[in-house]
Amino acid sequence: MTRSHRQEGPDRLYVITSGRSGGADDSLDAVTLIVSESDPVPGMQSEHTRILELCRSPMAVVEVSAHLRLPVAIVRILLTDLLDTGRITARHPRPAPSPAHPLASPDVLEKVLVALHDL
Amino acid sequence: MHSTTSESPAPEPPSAPGPAEPPSGAAGPAPGDAHSPLPATAEQALKIAVVGGFGAGKTTLVRSVSEIRPLSTEETMTRAGDGIDVTDGVEAKHATTVAFDFGRITLDATSVLYVFGAPGQERFWFLWDRLFSGALGAVVLVDTRRLEDSFYAIDRLEAQGTPFVVAHNDFGDTEHTLDQVRAALDLDPAVPLVRCDARVRASAKQVLIALVRHVRSLVGGGAR
Repeated sequence: MTRSHRQEGPDRLYVITSGRSGGADDSLDAVTLIVSESDPVPGMQSEHTRILELCRSPMAVVEVSAHLRLPVAIVRILLTDLLDTGRITARHPRPAPSPAHPLASPDVLEKVLVALHDL
Repeated sequence: MHSTTSESPAPEPPSAPGPAEPPSGAAGPAPGDAHSPLPATAEQALKIAVVGGFGAGKTTLVRSVSEIRPLSTEETMTRAGDGIDVTDGVEAKHATTVAFDFGRITLDATSVLYVFGAPGQERFWFLWDRLFSGALGAVVLVDTRRLEDSFYAIDRLEAQGTPFVVAHNDFGDTEHTLDQVRAALDLDPAVPLVRCDARVRASAKQVLIALVRHVRSLVGGGAR
């Protein structure tokens, strides 16, 4: 039986992150694409191994979270570990719309429209 | 375009004896598989948020447009800053957790669009502010049986300047005209309001197209 974190309570999450609740890389957006830069090595924490396997093709942070059945906040901490050791790279959304420039660029919008029409 | 259902399998041509499927691993995952990988060149991810009350059809809309089986996960935010005792190391007990689901549309070799479905009630927004920051825009999905569920989302999106459209998910009930819905929501005339059947891909994708066109008109027309 697969148990998600919804049934597991906080203890397992505490263990997975070695008790950390912060320290995650703030630039990791929900849709930052993560790419493995190395293979898992023996003895690695199982969640790190899974991430390196999942991200052999680019995968968004939220997708990693869904596949690992762990909350996004926990996954950000795990990803930060791997970023810090160079085992993954992150492709951030760009240009991120900001309060000063809240709208996407016309080029991007055109691309989205074309793809949606073809859907 | 109107009669397609996701349930209709293409007729299988009778094949030669032997295993119907090639050994796994030879070909990529079938479309619709949640593990269906993005191209290695994917580098730019975009997002659209679909918000609405319980039962408004958010998940249905996401499923209709997604190329993968929708995935679901949770965002958790501890309220450690609120003076709650966190010294025992089980601060997750005090966390607010919200489930959301999402689907994916690959746009081209470099770009991918994620479509998020999320409950729109007030108590969830401190999570969405982070999760959906930088979104292209939002769709507010309304159910005329529970219009009040969308009031907060509309106010919030207006206040933060996120472009959005409102979609009336019509469950076969056409008793309300769009004008009536617009009036009941007290919706700004500049905000597009469309009707959709979230179960039907062709209809669901028109909602997203309406949103992107709306954003494009804002880009072209300056601040207003």
